[in-house]
Formats: sequence, structure tokens, C-alpha cells
Amino acid sequence: MSALSNRNWDRRTVLRAAMGLAAAGGLAACGSNTGRDSGDSLVQYFHAYGEAGTEQAIKRYANAYDNADVTTQWITGSNFESKLFAALLTDSAPDVFEFHPQYQLIDSGQVADLTDLVEPVKDDFNQADIASHTVDGKIYGIRMIDDPQFFFYRKSMLEDAGVQPPTTLEELLEAAAKLTTDDVKGLFLGNDLHAVIQPLIYAAGADTLDDNNKIAYHTDGVVEGIKQMRKLFTSGDLLLDAPADFWDPSALNQGLCAIQWCGMWAMPQFQEALGDDLGIMPFPKIGDAGQPAVYNGGWSMFVNAKSDKVDEAKEYVKWLWIDQKDYQEDWALSYGFHIPPRTSIAESAEKLKSGLPAEGVKLFNEYGKFDRIGWTQAMITATEDVFANSVRKGNDPEAELDKCDDKVNSELKKLFG
Amino acid sequence: MSTTTKLDHAPPAAAKAPKAGPWRGLRGSRTFNFWLFTGPFLAGLLIFVYIPIGWSIYLSFFEARFTVTPEKFVGFDNFREMLSNDDFMGSLVTFTVFAAIIVPTTWALSLGLALLVNRLRFMRAFFRSVFFLPTAVSYVAASLIWKMSIFNGVRFGLANTVLGVFDVGNVAWLANPDPPWYWLVIVTARLWLQCGFYMILFLAALQNIPGELYEAAAIDGAKRGWQTFWYITLPQLRATSTAVILLLLVAAYQAFDEFFNLLERTTWGRPPLVELYYIALGEEQDYGRGSAGAVILTLLICTVTLFQGRIMGFGRGEEAK
Repeated sequence: MSALSNRNWDRRTVLRAAMGLAAAGGLAACGSNTGRDSGDSLVQYFHAYGEAGTEQAIKRYANAYDNADVTTQWITGSNFESKLFAALLTDSAPDVFEFHPQYQLIDSGQVADLTDLVEPVKDDFNQADIASHTVDGKIYGIRMIDDPQFFFYRKSMLEDAGVQPPTTLEELLEAAAKLTTDDVKGLFLGNDLHAVIQPLIYAAGADTLDDNNKIAYHTDGVVEGIKQMRKLFTSGDLLLDAPADFWDPSALNQGLCAIQWCGMWAMPQFQEALGDDLGIMPFPKIGDAGQPAVYNGGWSMFVNAKSDKVDEAKEYVKWLWIDQKDYQEDWALSYGFHIPPRTSIAESAEKLKSGLPAEGVKLFNEYGKFDRIGWTQAMITATEDVFANSVRKGNDPEAELDKCDDKVNSELKKLFG
Repeated sequence: MSTTTKLDHAPPAAAKAPKAGPWRGLRGSRTFNFWLFTGPFLAGLLIFVYIPIGWSIYLSFFEARFTVTPEKFVGFDNFREMLSNDDFMGSLVTFTVFAAIIVPTTWALSLGLALLVNRLRFMRAFFRSVFFLPTAVSYVAASLIWKMSIFNGVRFGLANTVLGVFDVGNVAWLANPDPPWYWLVIVTARLWLQCGFYMILFLAALQNIPGELYEAAAIDGAKRGWQTFWYITLPQLRATSTAVILLLLVAAYQAFDEFFNLLERTTWGRPPLVELYYIALGEEQDYGRGSAGAVILTLLICTVTLFQGRIMGFGRGEEAK
């Protein structure tokens, strides 16, 4: 003790210690293994799933693969796509990554053609998943999980307020108003509301693009829907700036709101917290031409075509996401709930056969809309700007949609000519 | 003159050199020592600062989407596009608003703190440290605390709890741009983070003001308090104030972390660096236009700094006093 306290920490000593530390840090950085030195090592990118155990699961699958040393990058934060796109430009790009089917990745030759992997088991896949990954007969990604998104609500709160589950957007607004009390907000759609953009488009009877890759979202129904959303946003019945976003079940579970937009993945956590006091419903229809909507999101595996280890990467992807059905089932059902895209796995999934999960599967099949491969990130960002400007800021939706059309059209022209 | 200097130093060293081998001679060489000490830093400066600046200027004249080694020369097109880009020009307005709020408030608050701490008779070191500590906190960490615990929109957020006492309903501080409460969140976060540092600068300057001046003023009949502050303290702090304002302006230009973390996915409240980040590193990966924007911004900062130095007399030193 006395030795320590006698020590004279003058400026020089501190400086020397600091420089020593800095030098040691530099040396450590030099020695770090980037995992790309030997020929049989692969890097895979995953966004950070919210459910406990998911990261360990992905790493466990990777460790079980004998033919290559697979390193997992678990990307946290809310901007996975920009981190992924930036990484793909560099030498340290991942060999394998998860993303959504988007045509610009195919157009720029970024993702490899995986037709030969999928073709033998094509009939065992949900055909909508095959269609959303196919361009000119070639299949570019392997679907891992389908994630339908819909509303979760507290049955007891609706009963207490005398509210039936709404079937139109107007009714949803009324319900939100009735359900709002001093402590509880009626509705939670996420902090930036972006999660309900595509559901709103579908619920208005429109679509992102049509079959010829022309704009299909700019309709009177969508304009009407955006106006209603503005009304909802300013009504004070909407939960905003919640500590966790829409993909996390805490808003509903903590009693901050009565109805929350979320996804199938969080169903186990909702059930654990709320028991039977839980119902689900699709996004209600907008106008007469509308229909109830569920957005079938999900994640797929892609191989970086610009990697120098495309063949090894394809082999790994085939091993895990085509051959290893046990792992695929574990991934879809053991953490959050996801609908397995493989029909054989989905049919044997006992967890999805009864109760609320079965209702979720029904919504997925009945109202679910899948991504269109031509609907790319730049277009998604353009519609997000529409929502930011006309729902949160109050600009005219028609004018904002016109601006969005310009951006989407120039992107479409680049991609499809 | 130089010959004398040489004669003074060189001969003894030269005489001993041959015995001790070539290294001893090299070590004795002043040129060698100069490069030994400055070389690594100059190399770092060159590689990490000057080459990127040059590269950025080069890129700004090319169409550089998804590449940093472009081939298509476009002249001043990128500059023209950026100057007619509403978002970029809007970001300059955002910056101006931000600077107009943050520079005077930080100046006043840190000066106020310095005056208070300077008057303390006991526990001065304690308070000095307490106010300085936030400087050590990262902007990202502070933004997250501000966003998730102080200014979240639910009833148990700190700000909303306080408002709840006065029966005011929950406010969505960040999601709703009307009224623009997000400015309050951003400005308070930055004030908390940077005031302590500037307080230390003011404190040092205050302690440098000679006591005789105050004594003389008191004899001349200046009242303690406001009059003394206005006619003695403030003029004596002029050089420090100028430096502080300059540093604050530069810091405001560099604002990125708190805007990026607090205002995710908005179309408003984007200062220039955030806007350029989205252009150069977002989905577009448009390094050409991003670089053009950066060059415009740099020119602007230089102009403003020079102009500000001129009117406030920065660097004139003694003359200003």
C-alpha cells in the first residue's frame, strides 16, 4: 500500500504510461486476425436480432460447419443496410450476408446466382418466397425466415373501453382516441412510423410497384391514408418517442399503449408477459377499394458475388440453409417466432399449429403481401421521406408523393431502363 | 552570423565523431534529430489529413458513385448540383440556427460558471472538477441518455415527469417537429457537454486579471458587481472571449453525433455534416457530390473564421488589450 501511495505520479510518468498504452494498442491492432487470411475462412453479416440466444445460435451453426472457418459479424444499430452497403464496397466485405431481395444488388452484380442451390428443393419452398427472389428465371437468395407484421392488442383494454378490433383506418383512429388515458396511449406504430408505410399502401388497395415495375403507390387511397395518419399523429393518441422501437415488444408489455404494430417474431415475448390478454389483427383497410393488410417481411441469405471465395460461400449457404433442416427449424422457432419458408418444416412446426401463433399464420396466408424485388432501398428511403414530411411535419401528401415519384422513377430508369 | 554558430558547436562534436562510429555522428546531427522527432507526426499528418483533403478535392470534380477512383471528369457539375440542392442549402440554414443558439448560450453559461467558481472560497477544486467532468463524456453516450431517459416521450421520462407535476401532458420531444422541441434536446445536451471546458478557459483568464486593476477601479469609485464586471472584467477577457467564440463556431460546424443519434430518419434538423454523410455514405454512396459539398463547406468555414477574426481582432494579441 505504502509503495503505491509513495509513487510520484508526475506528468512525465503519466505521459509515459499513456504512450506505452497507445503503443501497445497499436501493436495489438497489427496482430489482430481479420479472419480473411487463410483460404477457407468466410465472413457473414447479420443484423442484431432482438431475441435472446439468436447470436449464439448463428455462431453455433457456423461452428458446426467443417469446411470453412466462418466468422460472424453481428451488426447492431438501426442502420444495418447502410453499414452493409458501405462494407460491400470495401476489401473487408462479407462473403455471405443476410438482407432483403432488392434488384439493385443484382443489377450491379453484387449478389451471386444461387439457382443451382435452390432448384433441387424449389418445390419445398413457399412459392411467394421463390417469386420474390427470382429475376429472369434466376434465384438470387435463399429465404431463411418469413416475418409477418401486424397489430398486437390487449383484449382487456379494448373491452374496458368498449372498443371492437377496428376494421377500417377511421375506426382505428376512433379506437386510439377511446383507448387513450392519462397513463396509456391508444396506439404505437414505432417512433418514426416507417414500419407502417408498406402496410398502409397495401391496405389502401395499392402496391409499391406493379408487375411492369411502374409506380403503383401513388393513388387517392394512399393520399387519404396519409392524411388520416397525419390526423392520428397530431391527435395525441399515438405513443411517440418510446424508449424501444416497434420491433421490440416492450411498449405493449409495459402498458404504455393498448395496440402496437409489431411482428410475429415477438409473439413469444408478448405471450409470456400478457398471457391470454392478447389479440392480433391486420392493418385495417383504407377506403372502399382497400383491404386488410399484413406485411410479410423476412430475411434471406445472399452470397457476395464480388468475393474471391464465391464457391466456398455458396457451399456454406447450401449446407446451412438448404441441407440443415434442424438448424433452420431451430432458427425459425426456438427464439422468436418466424414462419419457416420451407413447406416441410412449416407443416411439422407444432408451435405454429394452435392458438395465437396459428392465427398469425392465418393472417400471413390470407392478407400477407411479400416484398417486390424491384422495390429497392433508395425507393424505400423516398417513401420514408414522404412519411416524415407529410405525416410528422404536415406537408401536403400529394406534393410529397410527386417528389417521391421523381426519385423512384429515376431509380427505376437506372435499374430497368 | 551562421558561421559563428557553426564554429561554436560543430568542432567538438566533429572531433569525437570518428571514434564512436557512424551512428554517434548521426545522433549528433541536428537535422537528423529534427526529422526523427517531427517525421512520424508529419507523415501522419500527410497520410491522414493532407492526402484525404487533396483526394476529396480531386473527387469533387468527378462522377464518383460507388467508387473512390473515378474516371469520368465532370468539371464543376457537382458543385453546381450541390449549390442548387435544397437539402444541402437547408442544412446550412439548420447550422446557422444551431450556431446562433449554441454559441451565445455556451459563452454566457461558461462565463457565468467561471465567475461563480472564481468567487468560491472553499471547495473550488471540487466544483471546478464537477463542472468540467461532462467534457469527458462522449457525445454518443450523452445523446442516448438524453433520448432514452431524459427526453423520451413516455410518462416516466424525466422531462415528462417534471411536466406531469404541472399537469402538462406527455410531450414527444423528438418525433414531432412542430413545435420544434428537438432543438431543446440538442442544445441542452451540447451545453452540458461543452460548458465545463470553456469554463476552465475563462477561469484561467479571470485569474490572470491583475488585482491592481480592481483595486484602482474601487478607488476610482466603481461599484462592485455589475459596473466592475462591465468595465474591468469583460474587457480584460476580450482575447479569451474571441478565442472561445471561434472554437465554439468551429465545434458547431463539426456537430454530427447528437444530430445523427437524436434525429434518426428525419428530413429536418440536419446540419451540413449529417447531410453530407447521407449523400456520400448513405444508399447513394455519391463521393463526388459529397466531396463537392465538403469543399464548399470548408471554403465557408475559412471565410467565416477570417471574417470573425477581423471584426473581433483575434490574433492581434497585445494590440487588442
